[in-house]
Amino acid sequence: MPNLNDIIIMRPEFFLVAAACVLLLADAFMKPAERPYLHWLSIGVLAVTIYLVLAFQPAGPVTAFHGMFILDGVSEILKVFSLLCTILVFIYGRPYLNDRKLLVGEFYTLMIFAVIGVMLLVSAGNLIMIYLGLELLTLSSYALVALNRDSKLSSEAAIKYFVLGALSSGMLLYGMSMVYGATGTLDLVQLHAAIPQSAMPHLLVFGLIFMIIGVAFKLGAAPFHMWIPDVYQGAPTPVTAFVGSASKLAAFGMAFRLLATGMSDLSQHWQLMLAALAVLSLAIGNVVAIVQTNIKRLLAYSTISHMGYLLLGLVNAGPEGYSAAMFYAVSYALMSTAAFGVILALSRAGFECEEIDDFKGLNQRAPWMAFLMMLCMFSLAGVPPMFGFFAKLLVLQAAIHAGMMWLAIVGAVFAIIGLYYYLYVVKVMYFDKPVAGTEVRLQTDFTLRVALSLNALVLLALGLYWGPLLAWCNQAFVG
Amino acid sequence: MFNHLLSLLIWLPIAGAVPVLLAGSSRPNTARWLALLMAVLTFAVSLFLIPQYNADTGGMQLAESHLWIAALNVHYGLAVDGISVALILLTTFVGILVIVGAWEVIQDKPHQYMAAMLVLEGLMIGVFCATDALLFYVFFEAMLIPMFILIGIWGGPRRVYATLKFFIYTFLGSIFMLIGLIYLYLKAGTFDLHTLTTLPLTLTEQSWLFFAFLIAFAVKVPMVPVHTWLPDAHVEAPTGGSVVLAAVMLKIGGYGFLRFNLPIVPDASSHFAWLIILLSLIAVVYIGYVALVQEDMKKLVAYSSVAHMGFVTLGIFIGFMLVREQGNSDAARLGMQGAMVQMISHGFVSGAMFSCIGVMYDRMHTRLIKDYGGVINVMPWFGFFYVLFAMANCGLPGTSGFVGEFMVILASFSANPWIALFAAFTLIIGAAYTLWLVKRVLWGEITNPHVAEMKDINGRETLVLGAFAALVLIIGIWPEPLVHLMGSSVDQLVQLLAIHKV
Repeated sequence: MPNLNDIIIMRPEFFLVAAACVLLLADAFMKPAERPYLHWLSIGVLAVTIYLVLAFQPAGPVTAFHGMFILDGVSEILKVFSLLCTILVFIYGRPYLNDRKLLVGEFYTLMIFAVIGVMLLVSAGNLIMIYLGLELLTLSSYALVALNRDSKLSSEAAIKYFVLGALSSGMLLYGMSMVYGATGTLDLVQLHAAIPQSAMPHLLVFGLIFMIIGVAFKLGAAPFHMWIPDVYQGAPTPVTAFVGSASKLAAFGMAFRLLATGMSDLSQHWQLMLAALAVLSLAIGNVVAIVQTNIKRLLAYSTISHMGYLLLGLVNAGPEGYSAAMFYAVSYALMSTAAFGVILALSRAGFECEEIDDFKGLNQRAPWMAFLMMLCMFSLAGVPPMFGFFAKLLVLQAAIHAGMMWLAIVGAVFAIIGLYYYLYVVKVMYFDKPVAGTEVRLQTDFTLRVALSLNALVLLALGLYWGPLLAWCNQAFVG
Repeated sequence: MFNHLLSLLIWLPIAGAVPVLLAGSSRPNTARWLALLMAVLTFAVSLFLIPQYNADTGGMQLAESHLWIAALNVHYGLAVDGISVALILLTTFVGILVIVGAWEVIQDKPHQYMAAMLVLEGLMIGVFCATDALLFYVFFEAMLIPMFILIGIWGGPRRVYATLKFFIYTFLGSIFMLIGLIYLYLKAGTFDLHTLTTLPLTLTEQSWLFFAFLIAFAVKVPMVPVHTWLPDAHVEAPTGGSVVLAAVMLKIGGYGFLRFNLPIVPDASSHFAWLIILLSLIAVVYIGYVALVQEDMKKLVAYSSVAHMGFVTLGIFIGFMLVREQGNSDAARLGMQGAMVQMISHGFVSGAMFSCIGVMYDRMHTRLIKDYGGVINVMPWFGFFYVLFAMANCGLPGTSGFVGEFMVILASFSANPWIALFAAFTLIIGAAYTLWLVKRVLWGEITNPHVAEMKDINGRETLVLGAFAALVLIIGIWPEPLVHLMGSSVDQLVQLLAIHKV
């Protein structure tokens, strides 16, 4: 029987579920004129949830519902940043969705349910919980991608996402069932204890492979990356920003729970698998991004390569590596929300600012936006003193420390190749002349401008002073 | 006592860039004057280094250290020795001249140009001060961003190609250094350069690290065969960009050798000294010939920079031969000192040469040698400066160009007369390409009617060229203060040459 204590431990999740239901009802009964309140209400709800996560963080790891739910430093950081990214997506997305008549109550509720999925996933202590959290997140995401149901591209993306997502969920479940067969438990902590005694080590490794496929699909690591470019391009841009930020944090959380909490004894197997995934992702992401002409697709391939770097940290299979990978996930989430934020700020009714050519001469027309985008690009490219550089430094260090110097060198080489397309975007904004006959009209939304400026400047500020964040990440893996 | 002098020097121009940027394109003159004010202030502050730094004791002085990232034991550590002081003074001095030089020339978004220059200046000073390898790396790389923009926005027709090549080339070099630094960090638990100096390393480790550092700094210097970005970057960069590139940025490569290769991997450096010496001689002789056939003035000076920087690397690495094989540390000191003087001198001479070309380019909008001829007839004052700098470029005694090259050649002679012979080729080849350039541009009849319309240099240009000229002559005639400033630091570097780590 669940007792009161279990519910208290899960209070941010319960609060958010309740709030989501209230918002759904409120949306149904609100008059059209009152709709704007829904926006602020949703942001307020998420902000309160962040507060709840931070304020009631126990000193050490705590479990609830018989180990189903784990509350520790890892889940705290991932929850805070995915909630934060969702708030940013709400702020950046409102004018865009408003222009396209997509600003409906479902957007907010679905997003909040997706975030609940993220929160459950990163706190999961049981294979079933991982699956449930994942499904809640992805099912909401499928619907969100298809939000613009009149758009062919959007529907195509949603169907692709759904079919491939279902396939990968099936793989994951298949792997889980084999692991269950080999160990007789679904609980991650018990699983960890049962693995050394398992009588069927081959079955375990077999199951592990399928679970890694599921993880790789969620992360978007090559060769399971096929859905990423289409979904990024087809989804309404605010949804893309969500899939590219909070969703990635969730995928890291899932990888950590499965591989580190549950199956760290098999690390000699999954280290090599992840290393192979990392090399492929770095190669495919960085090389294919060079030929893109659509900035959303470019960012999609850039995501693939960034997941390769994230895997470089996981390959370390120690607290140092997990911390580096989480630092990377957080930095990537902040960078990608900022980059999509700029795209959203430049889009307007009837105009999607999504071709790279749309950025031509941006410095002459909107120097501040160009500057913010430049910060994002240099950060994504990993040029010091931007935040992205230090994230790369940490994962490279984790890989070298794990004795995989070759992997670090591969990472370094692809950083050079990747540099080209980020610089290309800067080049287009700063060195090219604006195309005659086009114009740049910024979204006038005040909160968007302020939040976006802060978001991009944080990339510089955290580059100069990233110690506390790293200490926070490190601390999460010590206890 | 105020002990944040170095921080002030780094952050003053960077912070100063913000108001310059805020002045906006609508108030270009405010931006210009603000930028000049910041540059002059930075120079004034840098002058305090001379009394503050004790040249007799040498060593790292004016140290500042704050814990930056506790989890990685990274420090915000700054300190200077005599060599850094000289290079910082060079940087702040050139910093003023490029802003004055760009005054009317840059009409398109001058506020952004000036701001980028100031940020660049601060970052370059940071490179010369950093005593923590990670901090050094951050400055070293961050420097690329403003330069990328300077060349890309205000450069010539092929600026995009040039600036991308510049950025990617340099990034390629330095990312391997980063891997080397991470390796060192994992062994030593710190990025502090002084601690890394005392870290024992096997010869295999040293060799790998040596090449990781070599590729980073060889690209920057640049050494043959990774010099190909330089002619492109120089040709396409705006005048100010070329001046900063040649005068200061190339020095960072030489400086890096002193801070990384020499002290951290001395045995590998000694082991591969022949390679560096060989590449330096190729730079001096072969690139000299390449310079001879150039048709573009900027390209010619760019190649001559590569050749002159060959003396810097030669002077640094010849020391290993002298100290380790012959025990001749006096000659090694001479070579090292020559290399340092050559760095400073080349900073002034190449900066001045590029400024001269900029002056002509502003009037004619061409850099091709064949478009000129007889310029002296219409621009006598300009001709005076141009000939002076040309003489310094080919190393005429009495100019700064002579001092460094002479010292390096003397040191090479003690090591091996053949090396000295090839190094001394520069006196002939350098004279050939420089004098031939002067002959074709300045002397002769005016064949191009546009040349006849050229006006002599105005007050602003006279100021820039005059300032360069004064320093070229001062260092040429009386190098003693400069040598004294760097003397004890050079001694300490020479002592490091003899230390075996294995």
